[in-house]
Amino acid sequence: MVMPFLWMVSTSLRSTLEITREPHRFLPEVLIGARDAAAGGAGGLPGVFANYIEAWQRAPFGRYFFNTIVIALACLAGVIVTSALAAYAFARLRFPGREALFLLFLSMMMVPEPVYLVPSFILIARLGWLDTYAALIVPWTVNVFSIFLLRQHFKTIPQDLFDAATIDGASRFAVLWRIMMPLSKAVLVTISLFTIIGTWNSFLWPLVMTHSPEMRPLQIGLAAFSQEEGAEYGLMMAATTLSVLPLLVLYFFAQRQIIASLASSGLKE
Amino acid sequence: MPSLESSASPELARRLRRRRRRDAAGALLYVLPALAIVLCFRFVPIIAAFAFSFFEIKMGALIGFVGLGHYARLLQDPTFWQSVGTTIWFSIGTVPIAIFASLFFALLLNRKLKALGLYRTIYFMPVVTGMVAVAVIWKWILEPELGVLNFLLGKLHLGQPGWLGESRGVFQLLVDPEGRWLPRWAGGPSLALVSLALVNTWKGLGYNIVIFLAGLQNIPQQQYEAARIDGAGSWQLFRHVTWPILSPTTFYVFIMSTIVSFQTFSLVYLMTSPPGGPEDSTKVLVYYLFDKGFTPPASLGRASAVALVLFLIILGLTLVQRRLAERRVHY
Repeated sequence: MVMPFLWMVSTSLRSTLEITREPHRFLPEVLIGARDAAAGGAGGLPGVFANYIEAWQRAPFGRYFFNTIVIALACLAGVIVTSALAAYAFARLRFPGREALFLLFLSMMMVPEPVYLVPSFILIARLGWLDTYAALIVPWTVNVFSIFLLRQHFKTIPQDLFDAATIDGASRFAVLWRIMMPLSKAVLVTISLFTIIGTWNSFLWPLVMTHSPEMRPLQIGLAAFSQEEGAEYGLMMAATTLSVLPLLVLYFFAQRQIIASLASSGLKE
Repeated sequence: MPSLESSASPELARRLRRRRRRDAAGALLYVLPALAIVLCFRFVPIIAAFAFSFFEIKMGALIGFVGLGHYARLLQDPTFWQSVGTTIWFSIGTVPIAIFASLFFALLLNRKLKALGLYRTIYFMPVVTGMVAVAVIWKWILEPELGVLNFLLGKLHLGQPGWLGESRGVFQLLVDPEGRWLPRWAGGPSLALVSLALVNTWKGLGYNIVIFLAGLQNIPQQQYEAARIDGAGSWQLFRHVTWPILSPTTFYVFIMSTIVSFQTFSLVYLMTSPPGGPEDSTKVLVYYLFDKGFTPPASLGRASAVALVLFLIILGLTLVQRRLAERRVHY
């Protein structure tokens, strides 16, 4: 399972010449130290990471990273706010049509992305949002699944706690903000992880909604880079490593939580 | 006990009602942000997709009602049917392998292994990796000349196929590579499509393993002990205890994998060149939709009709899943 990743990293550390001459050597020459001697000096860290430096210079990866991080954080903020408010209302407040509305929300979860892509494209175009952050952020500031998760959790918090807080004079919002949210940290972390992974990896939507290089998120940037530089495998693998590294690091730190909540929820990309 | 309203004075009842209305209005405010976004960017587009499929659309404007015209033309379009067939082949190629491989690994991992956490982490890495990176990595591995897979096959003195560039069907390649007597339609899925199916299976494996592991851990140990006392061997344990109890999980994985495989797009778009190639042999349904909707001469109406067909297929699968989940598949 990890072999493809190891192969990716190993290739990323090798020069194009080396790759075409001896395609299947696993350890790159720079690690063996042979390239330093042959090239007469281009050694050290810059030598090892030559492909990374070059890939970074060939395409605006800094910009791609920036875009992706902005989009991920904005979506995250939106998802947390909208989910907390809606989940609170669905779990704890009473209003007419609550069940019907919740069902409507849930049913949206079933509809595959390609189905609403075309009309969304027209809508975004009409709004004049094509090729802007708004197109990539606003529609994704709500995640029905997160609302569902949080609502389930809110329902498990004992009613006594509310009654006590209400008697103490806490307003509805204060109950949500000062009692429910702190008690839901684990769920909120899960939602945040899913949101970040989701926005980091989303492809079809930004592909359709952006066209200028400055607006490209990382995934689209990488895809474009692979179309342009596809034959330069060392560069490609360096760029790919760069694009997956932040998320893999995040995953390694949070893997227990990610795996556990995926197993219990049955969520799939 | 009489309700508060009927026993209280009319004045109090009125105040209670007013207060409840105000409460309801306040509660709606909490739902409002989520509702607004969901209505604008999910509900309305879905309804619109339905409506658009009955219209001719040019430059984002409706220019004429065509009734079921798009659907009729869709049914007459051989490329559409081909894409349906390709999608079905893709599912057949991914779903069963995904189920058996992930069940196998889940059973292995379900013992008390030392580095269990490490294994789970490793299997799950492809799941959190984006499709673009997966596609780029695998294109390199499957590269016919320099790729590591063909190098290994060469070491074993096996054939070195063109993988993603091979439009011939796998049955044809296995039985009749020259294509002298096996007709083209009997070639089955192209090797390119099979390659995509394998990559897709690799990517999703960890997820399915985790689902199966969760299922396995819910099996009560007494069941095993009882069976063991009755003299059951490990195969019999699996056959008569694990498998029946796991069948709802298996069915869940089956339906979910099928639904996901029907929505495959990125993999085709990113890994084949030209996308959907070679010779249209990897043009799956969503790719056909994308093609109709976004490459000139774009017909958003027709794309919407495809979207609706896709929606109905997935809705059907979801309903089957719900119905059977209620009935519980095991025992």
